[in-house]
Amino acid sequence: MVMIAFYFFAVLITLLFLVTVMSKNVLYAMTSLAAGMVLISGLFFILGADFLGAVQLIVYVGAVMALYSFAMMFFDMSKDVKEKNGSAATVFVLGGAIALMLVVVFSAPVIGQGVSSLYPEAAGATNPQAVGLVLFTKYLVPFEVAAVMLLVAMISGIILAGKKMDASLSTTEEEIPEMTQGGEK
Amino acid sequence: MIHEVTWVGAAVKALIALLLVSAVAGFGTYIERKVLAWMQRRPGPAHVGPFGLLQLAADGIKLFTKEDFIPQFSNRLIFSIAPVITAGTAFMALAAVPIFPDFTFPEWIPLLGGVFVPSIASDVNIGILFILAAMAAGLYGPLLAGMSQQNKWGIIGAARTAVQFLSYEVVTGLSLLAPIMLVGSLSLVDFNDHQAAGIGSWLIWQQPLAFVLFLIAGFAETNRTPFDLLEHEAEIVSGFVTEYSGLRWGLFFVGEYANMITIGILASVIFCGGYSDFLFIPGWLMMGLKVSFFFFLMLWVRASWPHIRPDQLMWLSWKVLMPLAVVNVVITGIVMMAIG
Repeated sequence: MVMIAFYFFAVLITLLFLVTVMSKNVLYAMTSLAAGMVLISGLFFILGADFLGAVQLIVYVGAVMALYSFAMMFFDMSKDVKEKNGSAATVFVLGGAIALMLVVVFSAPVIGQGVSSLYPEAAGATNPQAVGLVLFTKYLVPFEVAAVMLLVAMISGIILAGKKMDASLSTTEEEIPEMTQGGEK
Repeated sequence: MIHEVTWVGAAVKALIALLLVSAVAGFGTYIERKVLAWMQRRPGPAHVGPFGLLQLAADGIKLFTKEDFIPQFSNRLIFSIAPVITAGTAFMALAAVPIFPDFTFPEWIPLLGGVFVPSIASDVNIGILFILAAMAAGLYGPLLAGMSQQNKWGIIGAARTAVQFLSYEVVTGLSLLAPIMLVGSLSLVDFNDHQAAGIGSWLIWQQPLAFVLFLIAGFAETNRTPFDLLEHEAEIVSGFVTEYSGLRWGLFFVGEYANMITIGILASVIFCGGYSDFLFIPGWLMMGLKVSFFFFLMLWVRASWPHIRPDQLMWLSWKVLMPLAVVNVVITGIVMMAIG
């Protein structure tokens, strides 16, 4: 049963991400990306990592939504994107790297035989608790560093976007005199 | 006494949830029109059947028999998928929502006798996160619908979907964080049991601010007025549903009403005691009453408030609600530490 579910999700995810890479239509690419991200959470649910599955859903639904809003600004949805194939060297290096990665992926069962978890699972902890325990004890420093990096990104984002923060985006203030003028006509 | 949840019980629960919510979603349209009419001092649907009750059937026949129209230059595949996403995710979220208390079929019923039906079809221990995630994924429906139809109103509707999603999602999560800290679990059954001691133990008394924030974010999540930016008729024709007709439009509608009911259930289970018995009123009736109240509240707000502009929504979410939610979480944490 678990195997059927796994292969079902695995095949679907691979196909969807292939569409993301191959398609020249922005809408297809983005939609298959979003669907693939949602289906990856299915793999987490199969493994019993409910918390990670839900986090995968929440994080990537939001992230891809932000990508969509950029795509909306930059592309015409009705036309195919003209792709620029740059230098042959780039294609060669990328292709080689992907081939190497595939070899590693397929040999993973052999390499991964001696792998064991570095940190013992807390007995009796539910899913979110287990994640929290590991995150706030063994991996506290990387967690804090990530938090600081996000803070830096947020502040720089506000500085970049916030030059006219005090001015209202809409034109309410300017519109009011015009509207009264219209009324007087 | 702990009962074993069989797949029959879960299936029965799923069927109950599906049928009940679809029926209520259909009937909700009638209620909405009647309540709005009553508040605005007009009769509302009154001609078809007694009290206009058969208006539902008339609308249904119209929806089913209307031509299913796909614009020529639209992206046909995405255009067809979009309504299914909205309706599908709305019902997916219901899988982790407790609707009624658990019960066991009496032995005399053939086939189903003795089957234990749980309060939740699938009691995952991260219930709240799953519901929020499923409802968030539901917004892909309006987004894809707007982007696939090659219509400027649709594109504006899609852009507003993204704006709305990026605004309220933070508030929903942060407002629920404080109650989650108090209960110490993400399972909605634990929330219900935490408040089982009666009306004094309801979380709304300890977390009034979180309750208000969650309701506001919930209104934005279900596209109700004052936050119905996506399809506001007076500004952008019908937004993302401009090109839809017939059953596809109906799917969007069912999805929206199912989401309204889900938000109502979440508000009642997380803040207002859930499906516990109240004095002499049994739990299932209590649940119905609470959800009805929240449904009515949404209509009440729709009748009373004008809708706001997209930039006002962003201003409200990021500059007012989010800081309030963060302060609420910090204060809750300090108080919990002080009490022990």
